[in-house]
Amino acid sequence: MLSHIPQKLLDSNPDIALSSDIIGNCVHCGVCLSHCPTYTVLHNENDSPRGRIFLIKDMYETGGAPDSKTVEHLDRCLTCLACEAICPSGVEYSKLIGHAREYVEEHYKRSLWQRSVRSTLEILLPRPELFRLSLYAGKLGRPFRSLFSGTIRAMLDMVPKNPLPAIGKINKPGLYASPDQPATGQRKKRIALLTGCVQNTLDPAINDATVRLLNRHGVDVVVARGAGCCGAPAEHMGDEDKALPYVKANIDAWLREADSPEGLDAIVINASGCGTSVKAYGHVLRNDPAWAEKAARVSAMAKDITEFMTTIGLSKPVIETGQRVVYHSACSMQHGQRIVLPPKTLLREAGFEVLDVPEGYLCCGSAGTYNLLQPEIANQLKDRKLKNLKSVHAQIAASGNIGCITQLADEAGIPFVHTVELLDWATGGPIPPAMAKMAH
Amino acid sequence: MKMPVTDPGVIARREQLATGLRAIVGAEWVISEESERAPYQCDGITAYMAMPLLVVLPASTDEIRRVLLFCKENGVKIVPRGSGTSLSGGALPVEDGILLGTARLCNILDVNPTERIARVQPGARNITVSEAASPHGLCYMPDPSSQIISTIGGNVAENAGGVHCLKYGVTSNHILGLEAVLMNGDVIHLGGNYLGAADGSLDLIGVLTGSEGLLAVITEITVRLVPKPETARVLSMSFPSVDTACHCVGAIIGSGIIPAGLEFMDRKVLDAVAPLIQETFDASTAALLICELDGCKSEVDALVQSVTAIAQKEGAIEVRASNSDAERERIWRSRKLAFAAIGKICRDYYCTDGTIPRNRLPDVLAKMAEFSKKYGLDYANCFHAGDGNLHPIIMYDSRKPGDLEKAEEFGADVLRTCVDVGGVLSGEHGIGVEKRDLMTHQFTTTDLEQQQTLRCAFDPTELLNPGKMFPTPCRCAEFGRMHVHNGQLRFPDVPRF
Repeated sequence: MLSHIPQKLLDSNPDIALSSDIIGNCVHCGVCLSHCPTYTVLHNENDSPRGRIFLIKDMYETGGAPDSKTVEHLDRCLTCLACEAICPSGVEYSKLIGHAREYVEEHYKRSLWQRSVRSTLEILLPRPELFRLSLYAGKLGRPFRSLFSGTIRAMLDMVPKNPLPAIGKINKPGLYASPDQPATGQRKKRIALLTGCVQNTLDPAINDATVRLLNRHGVDVVVARGAGCCGAPAEHMGDEDKALPYVKANIDAWLREADSPEGLDAIVINASGCGTSVKAYGHVLRNDPAWAEKAARVSAMAKDITEFMTTIGLSKPVIETGQRVVYHSACSMQHGQRIVLPPKTLLREAGFEVLDVPEGYLCCGSAGTYNLLQPEIANQLKDRKLKNLKSVHAQIAASGNIGCITQLADEAGIPFVHTVELLDWATGGPIPPAMAKMAH
Repeated sequence: MKMPVTDPGVIARREQLATGLRAIVGAEWVISEESERAPYQCDGITAYMAMPLLVVLPASTDEIRRVLLFCKENGVKIVPRGSGTSLSGGALPVEDGILLGTARLCNILDVNPTERIARVQPGARNITVSEAASPHGLCYMPDPSSQIISTIGGNVAENAGGVHCLKYGVTSNHILGLEAVLMNGDVIHLGGNYLGAADGSLDLIGVLTGSEGLLAVITEITVRLVPKPETARVLSMSFPSVDTACHCVGAIIGSGIIPAGLEFMDRKVLDAVAPLIQETFDASTAALLICELDGCKSEVDALVQSVTAIAQKEGAIEVRASNSDAERERIWRSRKLAFAAIGKICRDYYCTDGTIPRNRLPDVLAKMAEFSKKYGLDYANCFHAGDGNLHPIIMYDSRKPGDLEKAEEFGADVLRTCVDVGGVLSGEHGIGVEKRDLMTHQFTTTDLEQQQTLRCAFDPTELLNPGKMFPTPCRCAEFGRMHVHNGQLRFPDVPRF
């Protein structure tokens, strides 16, 4: 599609220049509409990828502050990237929407309320201690949830109904070493694990299972000192300046490990939302000469846990499995990282019967901070996902992203676990806590 | 692109009209902010844009009926729109008219395996019909490349085709019943929910199918479902020249075989596709035919042998047949990625859509090479060879002044050639605004007048999708009166009531 963005803007802002090229690749065929969750539930072209590309084009062509309607429609995008995965012309929508959000945050003045919600999330989410405290506060507030609407209510809804899990085993930097002789007899490997900020508070069992699984397969796990949040919460809200310190801290921490005598075989991530973010470090810092190369190196080393397990091979299951597992592929997994088969193949190798969710390409509404910022749309998508999920009558639900698990677990009616918890259980670990609880 | 004269009075009343329409469809379903109307400015052709007066998204037949009556009372034009994928500008808005979207009417109302029908709303996406029919072993056959997103309502309006239409027929062969709203607010029902429901009446379903939104707004469709073919195999056949490939098309059809699909790709397309599918094509290959054969296994295996023998006799360099669904998918991938692949080797392309008798393929393809030289623009060919439906892809650069106009002229020359060899202007994309001014090349004044008289019978207000299909306004008002030519009534001897 032809755009007429002023030359001055193109010359002064490389992100907008790149956006202009990307807009040029869009032929307006409309295929993206078919996979867009917001278009599916809202039926408005403005809430589709093709519509948003048009809005973004107009926003740059007009220059200055965008109008509130444009911002509303850009805010409604889940960044699930189903559109990018299906686009026949290879339009890199993720970059377009990312740059557009930065432009909006720079040029558009949000209401005081919106600003405070956003900065609260930016402060809380990446800091496990604060996040944990806020969850306790949320538990006190939960009985009063019906007095609230919108974001506050969504936040209170997100607070786990059950007692908060105890802090997990993987709670500080250091080496979590495997037995000297790997069970499978391969050469010992060494990886850095991103422990995630939200995940380690909401469900520490995931990291515990990940480390057990890796150790059992002869992989040493390092939690690098200085590594923390991947930066996605701020990035989602278009605040690149707030995201960059996290990004750079992680790059430094992991490269220090990679360049140590022991080296690193991979940076393993078990929350696909974080994985998508780390794999994009190279793009985010591409114009920064001091960081571009380092960032690209980190992105190249980043692997989802299921990608990594596929390369080293899963050992034979030691227990009788065979349960019907419905696998919910997170958007960041299937669209963001285009990892479709490995998790399902691994689950099958572990002896489970794996089922797909109908309309599996649609987002569940979690989408990072989306369920807090756009609770109405998020709830519509959640209900749709739950209905599809229940339609296949599985015994267990599995996913590779904490956001989706939190969004869906309470109402799925079956235990909702992380893929690695099932792989760990099948190859010799304990039964996943969610399943043990449901069994009682 | 010349469009009907805009009525500034209507544009001045935008807010007032929006209020009236909001009372009918609900406040949030009338889009009036300029920034939000902008993304509706075009459909699948971005070269033509116009800002709609308002965008209205109704949720029922009754709402559509009331919207039409409201527009009639207020003299407001209406452009119907499905998913906005038209490649002929069929859903191009007009500035003094509303864009009437069917996006909210997207449900499959009923699937009946006994009658082998599905009743659907106009905004239902083509592919969702087959998905809903799939548990019964049935499918909806017409499969335009846009089937993942294009709507059944839009498919009916444009009489959409697709790869499998060679064997199974186009949209019009699969519509059993229609509900539509006329400009006077009448809701009409044509045909019904079983195969013979339209027998014994004038074929008005045939009239509405392909009417491009000029006659009525379609609000419900009953489509025919057919059993999913038990098995399918694909042949990939390479030829040393465009001519030999074209002759092979004629030879296959002439032998009495009706393939499920028979597609043509020239060397330029193959070169563009090769990097995307990580395959190389033999240097001596000038054109490739893809031929799908479907049916029961023994039939398909026998057909594969027959087509292979024909291709070899016609001078094929190599013939490969798929032996698994995965292989079949791989062969089809090259065709399915063709347009995207061309998009990667040029800044913009313009694809048009003429249909010719199959035996004239070599002549018309030779003409295209001449036009390419004349306009200095590169082109490639990738089309439905089996039914002679051409899709020349003309490459240009929208940033270069005058390039688009040259591409349009190139396309027009190709379409005129199609008509000159006995073909027609459109195979499946429709006339819209894109081919509108070429209609006089295909039809005589009398032919066009007859078509326009029919249009006036359905919509004497001429408010439905104005400026599309016909190069001149219809003058329905005159048709309504006694027609006096040169001071003489036509057919003065015919007794009148």
